[in-house]
Amino acid sequence: MKGNSYFSRKLHSLLGIIPLGGFIVVHGLTNYQAFERGPEGFSNGVHFINSLPLIPLLEIFGIYLPLLFHGIYGLYVAYQSNTNTGRFKYGRNWAFTAQRVTGVITFVFVFWHVYQTRMQVYFGNITHEELGSTMNQIASSPTYFVLYVIGVLAAVFHFSNGLWAFLISWGITIGPKAQRISSYICMGVFVIVSALFILSLVAFRGDEFAEAASAALALTNIG
Amino acid sequence: MAETTVATKSVKFIITRQDTPDSKPYTEEFEIPYRANMNVISGLMEIQRNPKKSDGGSTAPVCWDSNCLEEVCGACSMVINGKPRQACSALVDKLEQPIRLEPMSTFPVVRDLVINRERMFGALKRVKAWIPIDGTYDLGPGPRMAETKRQWAYELSKCMTCGVCLEACPNVNDRNSFIGPAAISQVRLFNAHPTGDMNKEERLDALMTDGGIEGCGNSQNCVRACPKGIPLTTSIAAINKDTTKHLFKKWLGM
Repeated sequence: MKGNSYFSRKLHSLLGIIPLGGFIVVHGLTNYQAFERGPEGFSNGVHFINSLPLIPLLEIFGIYLPLLFHGIYGLYVAYQSNTNTGRFKYGRNWAFTAQRVTGVITFVFVFWHVYQTRMQVYFGNITHEELGSTMNQIASSPTYFVLYVIGVLAAVFHFSNGLWAFLISWGITIGPKAQRISSYICMGVFVIVSALFILSLVAFRGDEFAEAASAALALTNIG
Repeated sequence: MAETTVATKSVKFIITRQDTPDSKPYTEEFEIPYRANMNVISGLMEIQRNPKKSDGGSTAPVCWDSNCLEEVCGACSMVINGKPRQACSALVDKLEQPIRLEPMSTFPVVRDLVINRERMFGALKRVKAWIPIDGTYDLGPGPRMAETKRQWAYELSKCMTCGVCLEACPNVNDRNSFIGPAAISQVRLFNAHPTGDMNKEERLDALMTDGGIEGCGNSQNCVRACPKGIPLTTSIAAINKDTTKHLFKKWLGM
């Protein structure tokens, strides 16, 4: 790649945490409302996000552009790496390979997931209020449910392990002790954020989301 | 009685060979008589004296590179039973047999186990891994180094450019221009020196270009593979901090 890869790689590392890492945590917490407070909690979360100011700008500069840069440059980074876990069976070396594998899985998953949800709202096929029922349809299909669990685990692992690497790449955790402690914290982040997403996926399978959807549909039909 | 048992003991080698830099590698098996306290180099010397394969056929003696035989020169690095290390400190008694020897193929193979480590010396030139003190007059003594700092800097100075860390790194390959862990650790060493510190920006700048420090993907194989126990990942993280600071200072015009 032409130009100075120091800047592009550094930007890639930064964007993975700010804003993308922040986004994934907010996304997980919003979804978790579905588990904790049911359809109403989830739709309140969706309402809250949609009531933020300058939504189109936030979406473009906070999500779409960073996601495209991080994803496409990340594919190039993955292409540049060898896998030598056969020769060096160390945990960190496995994480190195897993970071690249989960990155590619996340790349595919995020495009597919955005197409199924946000793009459908753009197309006018569904409204923001109907996202709960869309998720109910997706999560109720066993195949989609499994694929979503795989996609979510890949994305959250990529974020958590990426957070660990970010702390090194920016020179925050330097010694082996600091890096070991940060790896425990990042493992904790992986467990907690994964739980948020998986519990909400389970919650989306509930009938109340299908009913809430038909109620919302009835409301729009009346209106 | 004990002597006859020792005499019948033998050591098996399976060696990856290559006749020219561009020819295809192939393997050959050797079986040589065991002697007490053998290392891989003395095994290779035995093959050189009597270049016969284990099937009895004669072959050209195996080529290898070695020099100091006490793990300080870095010349005899090769892949022994799957792990890159020095052949001189690889004791036959401690190795599983058959002993598999391969060249460190991250580097250009010259012949058999001989590799060309020129890229490592090129990397040291690129990051200016020296302290410039030459001039037209005597500059006098430089600033003193604190003893506490000298102690950890000494560990970094043990690097013998052997190339094991580059062989272990998944990001040192044909598709990647990563300079490798060794040169980054040398930047930390020379930047730690009170006189070397006067030119530290030049070395940081060299690592902030294409193929510099950003090529590190944190697999941390290097620190585990290093035969001298150099804290390579600590060096990389410390230089990450220094390059980050240098980047912002340059942007702010400080």
